[in-house]
Amino acid sequence: MALYIKKGRVIDPANEIDEIRDLKIDNGKIVASGLAVAEEATEVDEVIDCEGMLVIPGLIDLHCHLREPGGEAKETIASGTRAAARGGFTAVSAMANTAPVCDSQSGVEFLLKRAAETGIVRVYPIGAITKGLKGQELAEMADMATCGAIAFSDDGKTLSRSDLMRQALQYAQMCQRLIICHCEDDDLVHDGVMHEGYWSTILGLKGIPAVAEDIIVARDIQLAEDTGSAVHIAHVSTAGAVELIRQARARGVNVTGEVCPHHLALTDSAVEGYNSSTKVNPPLRTEKDRQALKEGLRDGTLTILATDHAPHTTEEKAREYAYAPFGISGLETAWPLYWRELIEEKVMTISEMVASLTIHPAKRCNLPGGTLSVGAPADITVIDPNMEENVSLEGWESQGKNTPFLGWTLRSWPICTIVNGQIVMKDRKIVD
Amino acid sequence: MSFQRKDLLGLRGMTAQEISYILDTALPMKDVIQRDIKKVPTLRGKTVVCLFYEASTRTRTSFELAGKYMSADTINISTSTSSVVKGESLIDTGKTIDAMGADIIVLRHGASGAPALLGKHVKARIINAGDGFHEHPTQGLLDMLTIRERKGTLEGLTVTILGDILHSRVARSNIWGLTTMGAKVRVCGPATLLPPEIEALGVEAFTSVEEALEGADVVNVLRMQLERQQKGLFPSIREYARLFALNKERLKRCKSDVLVLHPGPMNRGVEIANDVADADFSAIEEQVTNGVAVRMAILYLMMGGGTANGSVH
Repeated sequence: MALYIKKGRVIDPANEIDEIRDLKIDNGKIVASGLAVAEEATEVDEVIDCEGMLVIPGLIDLHCHLREPGGEAKETIASGTRAAARGGFTAVSAMANTAPVCDSQSGVEFLLKRAAETGIVRVYPIGAITKGLKGQELAEMADMATCGAIAFSDDGKTLSRSDLMRQALQYAQMCQRLIICHCEDDDLVHDGVMHEGYWSTILGLKGIPAVAEDIIVARDIQLAEDTGSAVHIAHVSTAGAVELIRQARARGVNVTGEVCPHHLALTDSAVEGYNSSTKVNPPLRTEKDRQALKEGLRDGTLTILATDHAPHTTEEKAREYAYAPFGISGLETAWPLYWRELIEEKVMTISEMVASLTIHPAKRCNLPGGTLSVGAPADITVIDPNMEENVSLEGWESQGKNTPFLGWTLRSWPICTIVNGQIVMKDRKIVD
Repeated sequence: MSFQRKDLLGLRGMTAQEISYILDTALPMKDVIQRDIKKVPTLRGKTVVCLFYEASTRTRTSFELAGKYMSADTINISTSTSSVVKGESLIDTGKTIDAMGADIIVLRHGASGAPALLGKHVKARIINAGDGFHEHPTQGLLDMLTIRERKGTLEGLTVTILGDILHSRVARSNIWGLTTMGAKVRVCGPATLLPPEIEALGVEAFTSVEEALEGADVVNVLRMQLERQQKGLFPSIREYARLFALNKERLKRCKSDVLVLHPGPMNRGVEIANDVADADFSAIEEQVTNGVAVRMAILYLMMGGGTANGSVH
């Protein structure tokens, strides 16, 4: 039995395709792509009519927190991958800040084993740079790379020691893996809970200055340049960081940067009212920063879109702002938020936005997928670009209900997610 | 007119009319405090719970007496924020107090926004008695009452707030209240203790105390928290005092009828010289009395009181 995706607007940036056509999927692979391919479907085959829909490569998230092991109250690989599927993602990369930290071969193997048992989308492990995320000794990167780690990051924490970051870059290069940097100077952050500026002054909350991010982005770019290594800047949030990356790329440094939906859709003014769902790291910045991120995406300085999905329990977030943990549950609203900020605001073309969520992250970490080429794994997402939906917790799959977007009416939603030829989400619901 | 808001979280966003109404209501309350028998039956059968997560003598006692002078039942719960971080959540504590039938919860908390959070989860009305660096609205009101009594008006006055503006909820409530009432507000302190973009709040910022005091009608001196020095925000108490302490010499730059306020407790010899604290132009003790009066007014208005003269006489 084959699966046909009929008459959708197929957008496949890697192959420079943007036209109405059909896809045929068999045995987990795309086996045909073209006009009227679906005509050959027989009664035993399944046909999804995608007229008016976008058919794109399955979305790939380079940055999420699945919390398992250790944080199963916040999220599990099962619930997190369900949230991913509902959000149109066919692959997610899990950060290493679990308990225990994913800093060894056994950690990577555990993650892959659990993902195979309970996950409904692909899960790629990201190993820790340093043992226990402590920033003191390198973790066994080569071992982890051998058994499946796609990149290394101490995300959640900044690797403060410059000597160790330099060595990590050298070592990761030997392992042919990317280092992903969480860039915040700990001394400058120092108990800060929101962006330092007008709103932190009004709300009386300890601020995190933009320069806390800029200074580490600058350092990590210099270290990447010095070692000739590749570096990827996670969750870029400041105008200063965008400019640093722009200049570095212009002189040939192998640096990329990613942008999260919340940094595009919100500013620090959203903290008014002390809704702890707006507490995120790095913090929501100013309108100037938000516009700089868009400009960075528009001019190609920033090439990757990632969610930084960071689920927490309701009780953890139902606290005083200063005591609530940082993070936004983002997988399920990412696509329509990007659409709102980048397509409706005419920052990028749909094809460019799709590339930032598919082929760019895939290429950056040498992942399969990211294209709709014949012969490629059938990881496909179908989007209804005209569907309007109110963000609510009804049908919400992530255990983390910590979203600041409740009540927002957003347009353009994933309506079908196909992983390895299997339909895992249809009509906004997980296929069990 | 009555007090329409469920909770009193801050002076930001309050109208001049609302502030005037509260201050007008506080005036007759002062008479009650000065009586031989300091008790009116206005709030009989009402319950006020003072929930204090930070050490406080002055504010807690002031609220407690304000309630008692009007025959409310007042209960104090004092606990340290640190123990609560590990234990029962603020919302659960609030719901428990709610279930016991409290009409008003007076909350003092080290975390900015805690009263807003609590207010969303309980039926009782919340009075913010100071939250983090955010606001301390009753302090702002009592400062304005004191200034208005001495100066007759707030409009057109130049008020200089001196000290650690960054970490001061008193400064913020003063800024919102005073600017709303038409006063010109200046803030002055070390550059490291002035919050970012403070001038966007409608004030002028200074690092020179001499310039900040030039022609001022009122100086509101803030308490310097001595532990700030250890965080590298200023080098020493000695240098702070040399640069910023309010002394008689510096006061000469102000108007001759200058009024000096301090929310207490004072560090004499640090932010304020002894002879300034005790001088006639200081209204520091009046502030304390007015604090009780303002809190009586707030309790009264929030328990559904009518006009200022309605039932307090």
